[in-house]
Amino acid sequence: MSQKITVKLNDQVVKKTGRQEKKRAVFETNQLNLWYSDTHALKDINLSIKEKEVTAVIGPSGCGKSTYIKTLNRMVELVPGVRTTGEIKYKNRNILDRNFRVEDLRTQVGMVFQKPNPFPKSIYENIAYGPKIHGIKNKKILDEIVEKSLRGAYIWDEVKDRLNENAYGLSGGQQQRLCIARCLAVEPDVILMDEPTSALDPKSTLRIEELVQELREDYSIVIVTHNMQQAARISDKTAFFLNGEVIEFDETDKIFTNPKDSRTEDYISGRFG
Amino acid sequence: MAGNSDTNKNAVNVREMIAEKKKKKSLSNYTEKFIPTFLLLIASISLLTTVGIIITLFTEAIEFFKRVPVWEFFTGTVLKPMSQNPEFGVLPLINGTLISTFIAMLVAGPIGIMSAIYLSEYASDRVRRVLKPLLEILAGIPTIVYGFFAFTFVTPLIRSIFPEVGATNILSPGLVMGVMIIPMIASLSEDAMSSVPNSMREGAFALGATKLETTFKVVIPAALSGIISSFVLGISRAIGETMIVTIASGSSKNFTFDITQSMQTMTAYIVEVSSGDAPAGSTIYYSLYAVAATLFIFTLLMNILARYLSRKFREEY
Repeated sequence: MSQKITVKLNDQVVKKTGRQEKKRAVFETNQLNLWYSDTHALKDINLSIKEKEVTAVIGPSGCGKSTYIKTLNRMVELVPGVRTTGEIKYKNRNILDRNFRVEDLRTQVGMVFQKPNPFPKSIYENIAYGPKIHGIKNKKILDEIVEKSLRGAYIWDEVKDRLNENAYGLSGGQQQRLCIARCLAVEPDVILMDEPTSALDPKSTLRIEELVQELREDYSIVIVTHNMQQAARISDKTAFFLNGEVIEFDETDKIFTNPKDSRTEDYISGRFG
Repeated sequence: MAGNSDTNKNAVNVREMIAEKKKKKSLSNYTEKFIPTFLLLIASISLLTTVGIIITLFTEAIEFFKRVPVWEFFTGTVLKPMSQNPEFGVLPLINGTLISTFIAMLVAGPIGIMSAIYLSEYASDRVRRVLKPLLEILAGIPTIVYGFFAFTFVTPLIRSIFPEVGATNILSPGLVMGVMIIPMIASLSEDAMSSVPNSMREGAFALGATKLETTFKVVIPAALSGIISSFVLGISRAIGETMIVTIASGSSKNFTFDITQSMQTMTAYIVEVSSGDAPAGSTIYYSLYAVAATLFIFTLLMNILARYLSRKFREEY
């Protein structure tokens, strides 16, 4: 299995270098600083995240990697006492601007959380929720969206006969794929994944990783992970965070084979973290 | 330093101390065995009392039904217990109870749930910390105070706007009862809503839902079983409420749907008859038990309904 993924990864690398010039940045982060009350959690972050790529964010606990991706859809604002400076440009508009509607941003920038969090509703209603709040009411269209999204997250075959059952009857891995399907249902541009496999068993983890490989064709993905093998397997670029700073950001291959910074090397070789 | 060497001298040997204690354990072993039985006895006090009350209620009610046919009691629209030719129809009382409860819930339901939404979803921590205890204090005001408030303030206020309203009427105590129940519904619904995990809200926000959409389509459905329970408890409370209606609605046993008129509820009837001099053994005396048994069945049904509904609408998470 791991061999297959390696082959796939190499394929991607070849494809990626071929296409590189055409790729636009989806997120352009400039001098981003963030404070939780008095704690300086992100320091002068500069990152450019390209479209249709998988960008992995790695680093030890408390280094600010989750904070960073939560800033990309402004979910970080749910924490009281958060302040930010600098800018994050999404398609050339600064999303940290007060006039930027967070609802619009979050419709285009979906998120998958660490712990699967389906709504306590039926599987069908979980997927239909997003389209419904954005005004799609036609039952036939909703049916189509539900099937398409569930197929997109490779869970359709497992749930097609029990769409009206409560989502909490699914296994953890299935719930997480359901959450990915829920996110796909509003057809975002970007999918943020905050340690999506940390609560799952190895088999479910593998399925999610394979899913990420499929999704990179149509979506830009930013994934926070604790698992360095995972970052190496599935990402095109990797950013290494430490104490709220970006230490190194480069092609995943370079980070894992030839890191420029000694701290990156120490971390990926397991000397700390 | 002196203390230090002291402890060293009398070095504490924990193992020995425990072994020593263990020898004395026999008494505590006995207590351990006795305690569950003791607690069971204590717990059964409330159970036995309830059983006792039910038995009294129904044996005396049966006595009543020997004199007045069940059918006549439950379908009669005239209640004239004191008259020369007494008639014992309970419908005027049931009608008064239901109408006052309905008015109360019309007030308490919407206001209670909206307060709960504000407290749980919108209020800052600081505001919630002040408001919630205040709300609970409001729930602790004796109902006689509310009754007085209805009679001396709300009724005159209504009459100044609508002079045709009677000096005693069902509208005013109904409204005040609603105010009394607001804290209960607000507080219990708020509990239900704030126990919905934040990850649900985050899931909705991450899809681009606004706060209002999240509240109405995720939080409220997830908390629905708790919210329904709070409503049913509110209804039970309104049905059983006594002082407010006794004071502000008078004792006319009208069978009408006109809320500007005086009506009597089941509870108020019991107050009236038992505080008057109904000789023990008379039909009017036994009618107390029949009305009380009816009231008991009403609240019992409400509680069963509450359990059924809250189970039916429970969303597992």
